[in-house]
Amino acid sequence: MTGRLLERLPRGARGVAWLGVLVGLLAFWVALPPLKVREPIVPILIGVVALGLGTLAVVRGARRLGWGAITIGALGIGLGYLATLSSVAHLDQVVVWSALLAAMLRYATPLAFAAMGGIFSERSGVVNIGLEGMMLSGAFFGILGADKLNSWPLGLLCAMLAGGTLALIHAFFAIHLRADQIVSGFAINFLSLGITGYLFIDIYGGEGTPPNVPKIPNVRLDFLQDWYFVGPMLGQLNLMIWLAFFTIVATWVILFKTPVGLRIRAVGEHPRAADTVGISVYKTRYAAVVTSGVLSALGGAYLSIGFVNSFNQNMTVGRGFIALAAVIFGNWRPWGAAAAALLFGFSSALAQRLPAYSESAAVLFQALPYVLTLIAVAGVIGRSIPPAAVGRPYKKQ
Amino acid sequence: MSEQGPLEPVPEERKEDPKGGDHAPSLAVRLALAQKAGGLVVPLLTTILAFLIGGLVVLVTTGKNPLTTYKAIFEGAGFNWFFEIGRHELRIPFTDAHVPFPWETNDFESIAALNLQQTLIIWVPLVFTGLAVAFAFRCGMFNIGGQGQYLVGAIMGVWVGSSLPGLPGFVHIVAAILAGAVAGFVWAGIAGLLKALVGAHEVISTIMLNWVALWVGVFLFGLGGPLQNDTQPFVPVSNDVLEESKLKVFWGDPLLQGLHVGFFVALAALVVYWITLNRTTLGYEVRAVGFSPEAARYGGISVARNYFLAMAISGMFAGLAGAIDVVGWQFRVNTNDVLTSTIGFTGIAVALLGRNTAIGVGLSALLFAALITGTSTRNLDPEIFRPELASNLTVMIQGLVVLFVGADVLILSLLGLRRRRRRRAEAATE
Repeated sequence: MTGRLLERLPRGARGVAWLGVLVGLLAFWVALPPLKVREPIVPILIGVVALGLGTLAVVRGARRLGWGAITIGALGIGLGYLATLSSVAHLDQVVVWSALLAAMLRYATPLAFAAMGGIFSERSGVVNIGLEGMMLSGAFFGILGADKLNSWPLGLLCAMLAGGTLALIHAFFAIHLRADQIVSGFAINFLSLGITGYLFIDIYGGEGTPPNVPKIPNVRLDFLQDWYFVGPMLGQLNLMIWLAFFTIVATWVILFKTPVGLRIRAVGEHPRAADTVGISVYKTRYAAVVTSGVLSALGGAYLSIGFVNSFNQNMTVGRGFIALAAVIFGNWRPWGAAAAALLFGFSSALAQRLPAYSESAAVLFQALPYVLTLIAVAGVIGRSIPPAAVGRPYKKQ
Repeated sequence: MSEQGPLEPVPEERKEDPKGGDHAPSLAVRLALAQKAGGLVVPLLTTILAFLIGGLVVLVTTGKNPLTTYKAIFEGAGFNWFFEIGRHELRIPFTDAHVPFPWETNDFESIAALNLQQTLIIWVPLVFTGLAVAFAFRCGMFNIGGQGQYLVGAIMGVWVGSSLPGLPGFVHIVAAILAGAVAGFVWAGIAGLLKALVGAHEVISTIMLNWVALWVGVFLFGLGGPLQNDTQPFVPVSNDVLEESKLKVFWGDPLLQGLHVGFFVALAALVVYWITLNRTTLGYEVRAVGFSPEAARYGGISVARNYFLAMAISGMFAGLAGAIDVVGWQFRVNTNDVLTSTIGFTGIAVALLGRNTAIGVGLSALLFAALITGTSTRNLDPEIFRPELASNLTVMIQGLVVLFVGADVLILSLLGLRRRRRRRAEAATE
């Protein structure tokens, strides 16, 4: 097992580049708690090593990763230098690693659910910019079901039904009627915003959702409590966060290790060929799109009955689009998208804690996922290549 | 539809497809087809269907008569003004001459007139954001970033409009509006450039740019932000636009948000849009690229250049909307506006329903402006229907309209089916 893992480690130029990335991160890390190096020269020196490794990798041919290492090295120098300038009290207040990472997991969970949904849909060849709407309806119907039926599992079920239904509408218009997939996904967002807002006002009025709605429980891992660092980070996570881990693994297994996944990918890459060998393009696409709706709705339900325990009109504020960004940033791969969701979750967690430095600048961290995705689609750090047939309606002959 | 062997028959509805070849027809081609087939009928059917479903929702959830609700929205939008015909006079601007006019224009007691002014105030930005989406559509691109371009336009407009005191009024207004236009041009230009240079899909990049613009706006006007109000340190709002750089109100009371002269700019924009597309080389090239990038390239048109230009011009329209809103009636931008405004998104519905034509955009902008105004807390009678509910109903109707308009193939095939049947019937009778 270890031998196989070692074999898969990157070697040569790529290995050097990865080393550069790690050293670049180290440059920033040494200036933060617990080490809190106060001499600016230390992060700068470490960062220069990262720059050197990156350059070496570029020269040896690993251009994409090499430039990544150079970027991270430069960032490490800059951020590390800034951290040495800031006061120790501020640093201790903002950078509590276990709390920061736990917050990252909380923010990343809804993104991860919706991103896995997005991967299913897009891998089957249907663009889904309705993730946001499906997530929002999951958030509303999740809390509505949990409140009225007085049980959070039934709430989750309601959320999945709502998300699945919206996805079914999207699928019907995108697959059967061959409407433009972007237009119909966009319509789903509008519809969901209107329906959830309307029902929210109609049912809960001005008072908002009641405070005693059953919520998804946290998983207490008592045996972890005393462990340094891991205890505070993983000991008290919401059930949905663990379910998100499971969903990511399941998405990867289904898409890349089972015949079903092969079919989904075939339909997304070359529907005509898939049709020729007897795979039903329509059925596969329907299944994939509905799955995406159900998963996004789970992410939304986590927001309302797992995370904040209330609902507000348009409470997802763009999280569905961040999930879409994660799909693209992760190159339509489950692990890549999960890593992107973690990165974006981390930027949200930082945005939540940074106001200690500057109220206004912290807001800019909210824009980070979008800027990174723009850079990714621009091809600066490796091109993002979508499934070949994504966005194209298929007409059976 | 991506791959077709040489022996496969060409499907019925693609015989008109000027693109031919192995590609799925682009959005522009399909919209053009739909336009040929549907004309006015399709958008009208779409609207009626959306309103029927909306009415059903009203009936089922509240038990109220949908017709009464729609009538209240209609009156909230001020459309009953047109029925208040009497013997009035209209003053010709810049003179003292008066001419007879059937409608009351300067009587502040007419609530209908006040409401109609509100509707037309919303109509102005909807025309611009609708044109923004429509222009990009004509080039085969989907500019979903009207919201972000609108925001950067508003940000630049309020910045220029609230600073530089001492500039003459007219120059100041023009400068503020131009700043908004340039901001929109640049913001959408990023997406256009990415599309032209590396082929990045414009939908993805414009969505991302929307959210970047939103958070930048929240940052700029938020507490401690660089453009936050100088005199009120605890209110997340921009400075007010200076008095001399506000647009003149030509109908109604300036203090009661009368209709500003931006109305005429929007009318002019509709004309400019039509002329640009149909009577200039630029418009010809943009449409050629929209129909078929391959054919356009073969014909010597630079596809990349047109992608960039069409996107940037499209963004300029949306940027104009933001700047004109700011100097016309909002006069300031607060972070809540930035977070909740959906004018740019509604522009997509406007363009789709208006079939990307100048007249269509003007009319569908009027429909959505009436819906937005008619369901606002200020205009809708809460005795008849709760405005909070009604404004969500508006969003729902927008969604339904977009959904049905998007299904052009359904309508096309229905129409095609009927035509084929008619042909068969004619052949049988002969």
